[in-house]
This record gives sequence, structure tokens and C-alpha cells, in this order.
Amino acid sequence: MDLILVNLIDGLVTGLLLFMLSAGLTLIFSMMGVLNFAHASFYMLGAYFAYQISLAMGFWMGLLLAPIIVGIMGAGVERYGLRRVHQYGHVPELIFTFGLALLIEELVQFIWGKNQMPYAIPEVLQFTAFSIAGNSIPAYKIFMIFISIAIFIALLYILTRTRVGMIIQAALSYPKTVEALGHNVPLIFMGVFGVGTALAGVAGVIAGPVLGTFPGMAFVLGSIVFVTIVIGGLGSLWGALVASLLIGWITTFAASYNIRFEDILTGIGFIRPENLDEALLRDLWTLTMPQIGPILPYILMVLILVFRPYGLFGKRDA
Amino acid sequence: MRNPIKLGLSAALAMAVSASALFAENVKIAFIDPLSGPFAATGTNGLNQFRFATDELVNKDGGVLDGQMFEMVAFDNKISPKESLIQLQVAIDQGIRYIAQGNSSGVANALTDAINKHNRRNPDDRVLFLNYAAVDPALTNDKCNFWHFRFDANADIKMDALTDSIAANDDIKKVYIIGQDYSFGKAVAAAATRFLGEKRPDIEIVGNELHPIGKVKDFTPYSRKIVSSGAQAVITGNWGADMLGLGKSIIENGYSGPIYTYYAAADGITAAFGETGDGSLRLVGEGQLNPPSNDRAAAYVEAFKAKYPNGDVSQARIANVIEMLAKAIDEAGSADDVVAVANALRGMEHESIWGGTLMMRPQDHQLIQDVHIHAHTNEDVTFDYDNSGYGVKVIKTVEMAALDSPTTCEMKTY
Repeated sequence: MDLILVNLIDGLVTGLLLFMLSAGLTLIFSMMGVLNFAHASFYMLGAYFAYQISLAMGFWMGLLLAPIIVGIMGAGVERYGLRRVHQYGHVPELIFTFGLALLIEELVQFIWGKNQMPYAIPEVLQFTAFSIAGNSIPAYKIFMIFISIAIFIALLYILTRTRVGMIIQAALSYPKTVEALGHNVPLIFMGVFGVGTALAGVAGVIAGPVLGTFPGMAFVLGSIVFVTIVIGGLGSLWGALVASLLIGWITTFAASYNIRFEDILTGIGFIRPENLDEALLRDLWTLTMPQIGPILPYILMVLILVFRPYGLFGKRDA
Repeated sequence: MRNPIKLGLSAALAMAVSASALFAENVKIAFIDPLSGPFAATGTNGLNQFRFATDELVNKDGGVLDGQMFEMVAFDNKISPKESLIQLQVAIDQGIRYIAQGNSSGVANALTDAINKHNRRNPDDRVLFLNYAAVDPALTNDKCNFWHFRFDANADIKMDALTDSIAANDDIKKVYIIGQDYSFGKAVAAAATRFLGEKRPDIEIVGNELHPIGKVKDFTPYSRKIVSSGAQAVITGNWGADMLGLGKSIIENGYSGPIYTYYAAADGITAAFGETGDGSLRLVGEGQLNPPSNDRAAAYVEAFKAKYPNGDVSQARIANVIEMLAKAIDEAGSADDVVAVANALRGMEHESIWGGTLMMRPQDHQLIQDVHIHAHTNEDVTFDYDNSGYGVKVIKTVEMAALDSPTTCEMKTY
């Protein structure tokens, strides 16, 4: 019972982190119709910039400055890259962001090398917040939860309660009308792209110390972010939140319990073959839950696509 | 007008011939390891250590025999067995007789087969395989051959030393084994279970699991299982990002016992662990850096750091490879007669620069040496890793580890 509570907290941390990544991606997608393959690369840049800044000015300045730098870079990419490619259609846009992802990874390796970076949790947060039955919850995890929730509330507030949010939402559906009313729609797009990448940057800054800062970190998270926004429904902020938490909890619980398929199979009436080497489903008998944990979100995505193609919270395409 | 040209040409030719004759004096060693791609950092670091060892330990003292110098020739195998075989052929065609390789047992398995076959077919053109890091036990057991020499302690020997250390600690009653889901992770788990069963049958293995290699984003769920299993020691063969992720996560989530590892140092890992790993990480390996075993070793590491400020002497055995090869060539009286060199290497005893005696066991060409358990710390560390202030210090030594361990090798001698 205690372990369930601990896993709920761990899953929440993973889920909220995933949310920060997917929120930016889903915002960008809903505005511009572009799936930004380089999104996780901005996450990586956030971690590396924050590490570099933390060497000189400490963790907190890194947390403040790195996302801003990443956001400005993102805005620059939109203004001078995507906007030019946009006129040729969606496929060149996709290829452009794909190339950008490879470029950023090579660049990071060129500047910082291939080794892990010693990017550490700030000392004030290096203590155990509380323990549940011997499982300690590090203070840094609580900090991650608060940052993520604060960002979600801020985003929700801006999008639904402010003038800027109103214009953004309008520009989503009726860009021509918004433009006719005198708003600078390309500027709005650039802003949203910048904010989206800055969000990825924040995720990188706070995830770098716990998940490791290394050139492969974008690759490790790259595909799961897409799975998240597909499950949540493309363009939906609430969908991104729900899907992120769902994936966080699924993967955490799957890795936590050594449920063996042997038990499930015998439980539903199959008989374990004497000699497994010759059994037809040899691999299935020896499988455990942690081994398939990482692919469960993908299975969920396929199921969602089959039964609810527009995602949990997505709107049906007109 | 023609004559001066002819004269010049023949002079140039003569010079070229004598120059190449001069070069032929060098004893060339082919270094076949990854110098590009994801493992380039490891390969390049190894090459630097080889280059430094040849200069410092052999060439500075006048080379081998009557003044022949050692020369490292680099070949990039992109860590692919197929590419390695091509590079091996290129090296042989260039007249190189010594092949050094270490990263990936998969590559070593391919090379040892190819070299064995080549030497059988080309008795006038034989080569030796100096394996400095591939630790698959099969290479000195079922797959052993006369031309292969391993200078690193193999995975079984290292696990033997690790479990000795665990067995000596009476407080440890519960052990958790976790590793990457592929051949090496499985070999580590099997060896750990076997040795613990022999040495301390009372120790309970409370967990033995494999996780997908390179795919786990967050090791927290695994650490929760380890903590709640009540384990007092963790054994893992993890390397790279998986090592760092697992190690950091189990420490941060409340585990306070020792973590027994193979590859938790240098190449950025020591710096990334920093203070976190202090008191937890225990590494098994050869070569003593802290405290330095003698002045000569200290001077060697200092000179290396002066030349490569961002590098580390992370593979101490490379110095052993070069010293023992030089000694064998001197004893054989020829660098070209590799059978004589191999016979000189077989059973050779050598005082290592890192302290202790090395013995190349003739039965299987496995180097028998002192294996140490190191602790990750910043106290009494003369030589750190990654310029981080943290390094590894010897806390326990198994002298001549696994000296009489069994081998299934049936060596054909020449």
C-alpha cells in the first residue's frame, strides 16, 4: 500500500515532466500544424545551457536564463527557418525539423563532447523531503512537481483569461480574420513557437540533474513526447496533461512490479510447457512486466488511434 | 638536360627506399577500435594511452632489440565486427604483426577467429592479437587460440574478486543484482549468482533482474524495488548512461549501502557522480592509481596528464601490454618471428608499473594479476578522473586473482 503511494508520486513527477515537453509541442502543432521533431532537442539544449550557466552563476540563474535563451533560439528558428520552409508545405517542414534535431545533437557533441555532464541538483534541495515506509522522496522531486504545476496554471490562465490568450486562440482557428483586425499573426506564431521551445527548455533544466545530461537525452525522450500528444489529442492542453500523467503512471507501475507473464498465462488456464526451449511461445512465458514497460505507452497509442483517432481530448477533424 | 633529371629521380628513389627501410625498423602495432561514432571518445582515449605508453615506456629508453621503435597505427573499426575484419586485412597487408583491440567482446570474437584462420593459412605472415579490454570469458576458454592474449581480467575473474569482497562483509545478508538486458548483463548476473552461492550460501539474492538497455528514462521504479527489498548490497555491470542513471537514482531515493560495479569511473561518470557516489560506489578493476603504487607510476600518470590534460589513465593495463610486448620481443630476439614472441609471452612474469606481479597464464593466455576493489572518493586521491577532484582509491586487493581458476581452453602450441 505504501509502495503504491510512492509510485503515485514518482509517476506524477515523470508525468509532469513529460507534460512540460508535450505542452509546448502540442501548442505549436495546434497553431502551425507542424510536428516539430526537434522539440526534444530544445529540451536537451535547455539542460546543457543550464549546466553551463550553473558553473558560473549557480543553478537558479540557469533555471531562469537557460529557458529564455532556448526560447529565443526557438523563435529564431521559426522566424528564419520554418517560416521560409512553410510555403512549400508540410513535408518540407517536417524534414526541416528532423534535420534540425540531428544538427543540434551533433552541435552539442561538438561543443560539450560525448561524455555525461556533471550537472547536479542544487545543494539547498539535496535532502530528503519525507519518507514513506523507508522510501525517501527527494526534495528535488517535490520542487519539480511545484514548478510543473505552476507552469500549467500559468499557461491555462494566459490562454483562457487574458487578451493575449484570446488572440492566440482566435489565431488558431481564424488567422485571416485576426490579421484583418490588425493583429500581427506571424509574430504571434513566432511567439508561440518561442514559448513552446522555452517550455521544453525548462523541462531540460530541471530534468538534466536527475535523468542525466548527455548527447542522447533528446533521443531517449523524443518519441514518447509524440506518443503523449497523440494520446491526449493533438492541440489540447488538457489532453497533454492527462496523457502525460497516464504515461508517467503506467511506466512507473509497470517497472515497479515484477509481474510475470507466466503467472498471467497460468492464471487464465494455460499450462506451462515442461521444456520451454521447444515451446511455441517460449519468449512469452519468460517475459516480465518491467521488460515490456517501456512499450506500454506505444500500445496505448495504437489502441487510442484505433478507437478514438482524435485522441482523448482532441476535437474531431472537420 | 636529361641526366640531371635522371640523377635527381634516382636520388629521390634511393632516398625513398632508404626512408622506407628506416621506417621498417619500427615495430608497428595496429590499434583497431572505434575512432568515430558514439564510442569514439572511449576509442580515442585508449589510442592516446597506447601512444603515450609506447613513447614513455619503450621509445624513450631506446626501443626494443637494437633500437627499433614502437609505433601505433590507428584503424577506425566504428565498433563493427565487419569493419574490424577489413581493417585487420589492411593492417596485415601493411606488414603489421601486432593487433591491439579492446572495445566490445563482439569485435574481439570476430578478430580472434579471423587471426587464427589467417595464421593457419599464412605461416610466413602471422600476427598476434593483444586484447586489452574485451572481457568475455569465452575468449580464453572455448574460443581460445595461441595467437590471442588477454591483458584485462575477464568478467568472471572480476566478479570473483567482487564477491570475495561481499563475502568478507558479514553485515551483508541480502544482495540485489540488476543489469542491462543483453549478453554481458546476463553473464554478470550468472557469475554473481554462482560465486555468491559458493562463497556465502547464506546470502539471499533478493532481486535479479534485467532492464532494457539504453531505454530506461528514469530508474526511480527500479530503485524503489531495491530499497523495499531490503538489499544491503547492489551488483551491476551497467555502463554509460545506464550506469549513471541507475546509480544516481538508487542513491537519491534512499539506498545507502555499497553498489558493486564494473564501469562506474572516468569518461564523465566520475565527475557526474561527484559527491553523490562517495561511500556508495565500489569498482572492481586492475591498476592502482590511488594511492600510487610507486614513484614510477606516479611520474607516468603525471606525464600523461601533462600531455593530455582532459584525458585520464583509465586503462592502466595498456602500460602492461606495451611493457610485456617489448620484453617478449627482446627475449625472442626478433619482432618479426611472432611465434617466438608469443612463446616468450606465454608464462611470462612481469613486475607491473602499477605494483604486483603479472603472469601470462600459458594454459589460456589470460593475464593473471592483482584485482582491486576501488572506492569512489575525494579523500587521499592523488590522481582524480575527469578533473573532478574525485577518483578511485584501492580499498581491497585480491593478489593474483583467480590464479588457478579452471579453464576449458585446449591450446594448440607452436
